Amino acid sequence: MQLLRKVYRFSSTKHRFASDIKSTNRQKMNLFQAINNALDIELGANPKALLFGEDVKFGGVFRCSQGLNEKYGTDRVFNTPLCEQGIGAFGIGLASVGYTAIAEIQFGDYIFPAFDQIVNEAAKFRYRSGDQFNCGSLTIRTTWGAVGHGALYHSQSPEAYFAHTPGLKVVVPRDPIQAKGLLLASIRDKNPVIFFEPKALYRNAEDEVPLDDYELELSKAEVVQEGKHITLIGYGTQIRVLREAAKLAEKDGVSCEIIDLQTIYPYDGQTLVDSVKKTGRCIITHEAPQTCGMGAELSALIQEKCFLHLEAPIKRVTGYDTPFPLVHEPIYLPDKFKIYEAIKQSVNY
Amino acid sequence: MKHFMRFSKISKAFQEVPSQYVYQINPIKNFEPIKQFRVIDLEGNLVAKEYNNIPKEILNQIFDLMISIEEMDNLLYMSQRQGKISFYMTSFGETATTVGTTAALQPQDFIFPQYREQGSFMWRGFTIEQIVNQCIGNHLDGGKGRQMPVHYGSKDLNIVTVSSPLTTQVPQASGAGYGFRVNGENKIAATWFGEGAASEGDFHSAMNFAQTLKCQTLFLCRNNHYAISTPTDDQFRGDTIAGKAPAYGMRTLKIDGNDLLAVYNGVKYAREQIIKNKEPFFIEFITYRIGDHSTSDHSVLYRSQEEIDSWKSGNNPINRLGLFLKKQGLRQFNDDHDNQIRKDVRNRVIAALKHGSEQQSPSIQDLFTDVYDEVLPHLQEQYTQLREHLTKYKDQYPINKFKGGL
Repeated sequence: MQLLRKVYRFSSTKHRFASDIKSTNRQKMNLFQAINNALDIELGANPKALLFGEDVKFGGVFRCSQGLNEKYGTDRVFNTPLCEQGIGAFGIGLASVGYTAIAEIQFGDYIFPAFDQIVNEAAKFRYRSGDQFNCGSLTIRTTWGAVGHGALYHSQSPEAYFAHTPGLKVVVPRDPIQAKGLLLASIRDKNPVIFFEPKALYRNAEDEVPLDDYELELSKAEVVQEGKHITLIGYGTQIRVLREAAKLAEKDGVSCEIIDLQTIYPYDGQTLVDSVKKTGRCIITHEAPQTCGMGAELSALIQEKCFLHLEAPIKRVTGYDTPFPLVHEPIYLPDKFKIYEAIKQSVNY
Repeated sequence: MKHFMRFSKISKAFQEVPSQYVYQINPIKNFEPIKQFRVIDLEGNLVAKEYNNIPKEILNQIFDLMISIEEMDNLLYMSQRQGKISFYMTSFGETATTVGTTAALQPQDFIFPQYREQGSFMWRGFTIEQIVNQCIGNHLDGGKGRQMPVHYGSKDLNIVTVSSPLTTQVPQASGAGYGFRVNGENKIAATWFGEGAASEGDFHSAMNFAQTLKCQTLFLCRNNHYAISTPTDDQFRGDTIAGKAPAYGMRTLKIDGNDLLAVYNGVKYAREQIIKNKEPFFIEFITYRIGDHSTSDHSVLYRSQEEIDSWKSGNNPINRLGLFLKKQGLRQFNDDHDNQIRKDVRNRVIAALKHGSEQQSPSIQDLFTDVYDEVLPHLQEQYTQLREHLTKYKDQYPINKFKGGL
């Protein structure tokens, strides 16, 4: 058993956006490989970092922790009993005495037993103690979003529940490069972060990911495509759908600006407002149900700050107010055609 | 530093073990309840001589603190009735558990309390003034006036801040104890909870994680017979809480919680075992809540005065320790000395209440600080909005109550 010395710090570079990274030292990776790479870097750089959750030891059901137990040992990369409320609390306890706790919840659909610990404890730990204690070195990684056949309990997008909790940060990456940088930033952020990983992208999303240790700034939204006529806001898997919808709209001569929120909470409202002031039209999209989803929050903010600039009502294209379906998934999802239709309605208002 | 380890797959290949089978249906029905470890009897006589090993100074300091807490609790309870503080929780009848335990731990051990452990706080040096300032919530409160009374915390004393949701601290202590083990630290995470709190799901997760992952965690259950109005008969069956611990594979002790020597010795033993074996330990203290649950409770609505008195006079931790000290000649008992201690505490509490009530509350900014490690833009914006509002309507709000005003 190795004696862990006091922490560290490392040659990590911090960037606002992935496009700022100039590194040529890259490797083709999918999302789970990028996550694995980020975890490997942190475990290597930070002797007080620990990675744990259900099935983490053999490599994880999505392979995110592949090889890490072999490399860092069972004291640092280990299985927990099957108990999400325990995983959350265990992570809080570790973080409260100075360890970097990277807790994995296998499916976001199963995060709810830990809801009390996350909302009542982790989020409020610093505030209620007068800053004598904190669990800032806690990061909860969990899977997120539709996967094609997941139905009610393997497809949920629970970000809105946590975005309503002061003291937490909530992050959703869209691609491997962002995922690695945002995950490292989340782990090192001095506040508890919930990091949602879009499971549909674990294998399907590939990129040339820099091998360096780098972080991408939290609470910064990225304009992934510039445009003139309408602002499209989304995050995670939905960014791909927005790109497809924008291509359809382009054929009609509509130039779409696409923004990836990246950090769901606290979000970067300024970038959204600047964009809508420019375009005058806005669509917000997410898989999560419509009522009280992030679309509702962002609509409220944008209409407040951009009222006189709006040429059309803000439209939300979201999942319906139903549990996530199975056979109905293809018609449930806010796909490119629904977004394209919303763009047309907005432009023709 | 990396080291390469072969991934060890534990084999679950089937093996026939004849001795694991029986050939008749014979369910487990009852089992012997665990007995309470005791060193001194109800009259303070030594009944387990080999545990008469606590230094005289420590015993006297413990006794001094137990009677001080009794005085302080009395006064702060009354001060709530007088409207000086909004809420309070006394610990009458339970201070042998909290003071004795904390005296047997090391200062570097982290404590994760529930809410009735002023004995733990004060043994480590938390002052009457700190208690009163937290109850008032003035700018001197280490918690910055954020929480209701009795939600103390102290980074200096390694006692994590109390939070109202029950039992949440228990699995957190499992996590902390894990960190201490993998870092090879001579530290344990000790966590308090009542027998009612042990019904929460968090208790089960905590116990299972601690034993399975080998955490340097000490579980301390104060079975004081009531969870507000709910007696233990409505809380659980089986052999109290201690009866559950062996099922997790955990070393377990049940201790007479009103016997200070048993408490001290039991906890000392448990701590040594935890550090030596790098595994958790479970202790249940059998005690009794002589006072009400809190200032919002009126316990004679659900229990008789006779019942309360039977413990107050028949099995009282302060009386038992006092009788032991007297019989062993370890303390000079004259009314003047102990009365002086109580008088000094009363004066100190009164002075702290007076001084504390004259202090301002934390600043208006402190509504927005510590939500995160820094005040983020959206909170800056909300603070600005609040300032504008308070400026405009300043006569409608007690602005000068807050340190720094507007």
